[in-house]
Amino acid sequence: MSNSVAPVLEAKNLVKNYGRVVAIDGADLQLFPGEILAVVGDNGAGKSTMIKCLSGAETPDGGVMELDGKPITFRRQKDSRDAGIETVYQTLAVSPALDIAANLYLGREIRKKGPLGSIFRMLDNSGMKKSAKEHITSLGIGTIQNMSQAVETLSGGQRQAVSVARAAAFGQKVIIMDEPTAALGVRESGQVLKLIQSLREKGLAVILISHNMPQVFEVADRIHIQRLGKRVAVVTPKSHTMNEVVAVMTGALTLEEKDQTLGPIR
Amino acid sequence: MSKSNLVTDAAAEFKGRATNKQKVQALLHKYPWVSSAVVLVFALFIFSFGNENFLTPNNLSLILQQTAVIGAIAAGQTLIILTAGIDLSCGAIAIFASMVMAKTAFVNGWPGWAAFMLGIAVGTGAGAFNGWLITKVNLPPFIVTLGTFNVFSALTLFYATGRTIMDKELEPFFLYLGNPIPLGAFKITYGVLLVIVMYLILAFSLRYTGWGRHVYAVGDDIEAARLAGIQVKRVLMSVYITAGFIFAVTSWVIIGRVAAASPNSGTNLNLDSITAVVIGGTSLFGGRGAIFGSLIGAVIVGVFRNGLTLAGVDLYYQTFAVGVLIITAVSIDQWIRKAGV
Repeated sequence: MSNSVAPVLEAKNLVKNYGRVVAIDGADLQLFPGEILAVVGDNGAGKSTMIKCLSGAETPDGGVMELDGKPITFRRQKDSRDAGIETVYQTLAVSPALDIAANLYLGREIRKKGPLGSIFRMLDNSGMKKSAKEHITSLGIGTIQNMSQAVETLSGGQRQAVSVARAAAFGQKVIIMDEPTAALGVRESGQVLKLIQSLREKGLAVILISHNMPQVFEVADRIHIQRLGKRVAVVTPKSHTMNEVVAVMTGALTLEEKDQTLGPIR
Repeated sequence: MSKSNLVTDAAAEFKGRATNKQKVQALLHKYPWVSSAVVLVFALFIFSFGNENFLTPNNLSLILQQTAVIGAIAAGQTLIILTAGIDLSCGAIAIFASMVMAKTAFVNGWPGWAAFMLGIAVGTGAGAFNGWLITKVNLPPFIVTLGTFNVFSALTLFYATGRTIMDKELEPFFLYLGNPIPLGAFKITYGVLLVIVMYLILAFSLRYTGWGRHVYAVGDDIEAARLAGIQVKRVLMSVYITAGFIFAVTSWVIIGRVAAASPNSGTNLNLDSITAVVIGGTSLFGGRGAIFGSLIGAVIVGVFRNGLTLAGVDLYYQTFAVGVLIITAVSIDQWIRKAGV
C-alpha cells in the first residue's frame, strides 16, 4: 500500500438537489488507477445521482470533480466521454433498431477517408463493422457473430455485452457501470464480471454500482459505502465481512476512519 | 471454442425452424417498404383491368405529376416521423411559402429568384419555429404543429387577402417545374424530377451519414441516444429545419403543378403526407422506415385514386379505399415490430 498514487477520478463534497429533494449531500469519492471500486448503498443513498454527475448526465449543484488532478465540469454526456470516462447505464442505452456495429459507434461514427468522407460525409460502415467485431471478440463474447444484427434481436446478456464492449472499446481512463448484472442470469452475470476484471487487467479504473453483495465481494478491490447522500465508509472485501458492510449501509454500524481503506491498495 | 460453436449451432437450428410466416415477418422487419412495393405492383396489375387506358405512358405520367406534391411533402414528413414526431402543419407551411413567393413577385415586383429565396427562407423559418417549440419549450410535436397549422393557415389568408394569383400573373420561373421533359411517350415534369432528386439526396443522407443514423437513433429511443452522447435536441432541430426547407421547395412544385398560387389550396396536404409515410412502411413510433417507402406510399395513393376514377368508381369509395390502406399499413407495422422482440 502506498499513498503516493494519485486518484484518477476524485469527487469532493458533491451536492445535487432535485427541487426540495436532496439526492447527494456533500459526497466524496476517490477512484485509483487500475482498481475496481464498488459503490454500494441502500435505495435513495444517492449512488445513481453521484454516477450521473461523474458521467455528465447531470450537473452537480456544488462540489468539485477532478480527473487526474485537474478540475472538470461536464455540461453534457459527450464531455465526459471526451475526457475518457465511459458509462454503462442500467438501461443499457442501446438503440434497439440499429445494428451492433452502429450501436458500438453511436455518437462517434467514423467517416470514410478521402472526399467521400469529408465532402459527402459518408460513414465507413465496413470499417466500423470490422473493428466492432474485433472489440466483441477480444472481450470473449463468442455468441455474437453478426455485427449487422439489430440489437433488439439479441438476448439480455448479449445486449449487456454490447453495452460493456462499447465502454471498453472507448474508455481511456474510467469505466462506470450501473448495475450491470441486474437483468442477467447466473451464467451471463459471470461473463460480465469476467469482462469487468479484464478491464482492470487493461489498466482501467472501474466504478461498479451493485446491489449484489456476493458479486461485489468477488470482484471489488475496495467498497465505497454510501448512505443518505454521503460516503460513510470505504472498506475492502478482506478487511470487512458482508454483514458489516450491510450494517454500515443501514446505519447500524459506524466505522472509525482508521478502520477504513481510503487509500489505494494496488 | 466448442462451447461457443454449440451455441451458434443451436441458434442456427433455431433459425432453421422459422416458419414461412416468421420469414416474411423478418424480411419486412428488415425492409419495411417491401410490403408497400408489393401493394403498388399488385394495384397496378388490378387497375389495368379496370380501364385499358390505365397502363398507358400518358396516364402513368399523369399519376406521377399528381403524386409529386404529396410525395415532396411526405419526404419532409418522413424525416419528422422517423424521430417519432409528427407535423400537422407541413401543408400550411408549403402554402404559406407559395403565397410569399407569388405575392412578392407579382405585387411587390421582386425578381423571381429573390421572391423564391424569400419563400424558402419563410418556410425554413416556419420549420425552425416548430423545432424551437419542440426542443426548447419542450412541447409535444403533435400539439406544436396542430397550433402552428392554424397559425400558418391564418397568416397565409391574412397575407394573401384571400386572393389567388393566376398563371398569367406569375413569372415563367415559377411555372418552370410544370414543364414536361420529353422522354418518349412519357411526360415527366421537371417538378417530378426535382422530387426524385430530393428523395435521392435524403436517402443518401439517412443511410450513409452520421446525421442519418442519429435521426434513426433519436426516434428509436431518445434517452438511449442522449446517453450515447448524441446531441438529441440539435438533431431534432436539424430535422424540423430541413423539413421546413423541403416544404418550402414543395411550394415551388405546387405552383408549377396547378399553375397558380392560391391560399385556399392544399388543405389535404397535411394529412395526405402522413398517409403516404404510413403506407410506405415508416413506423409512427419512430426509428423505423425508409424514405423511399414514402414515395411509394404517395404513388400508391395516387394509383388508387386514379385507377378507381378510371374504373368509374365513385369518389367516396376512393376515400374509403385509402382509409383501409392506412389501417392495413399500420396493422402490418405493428405485426412487424413484434419480430424484433
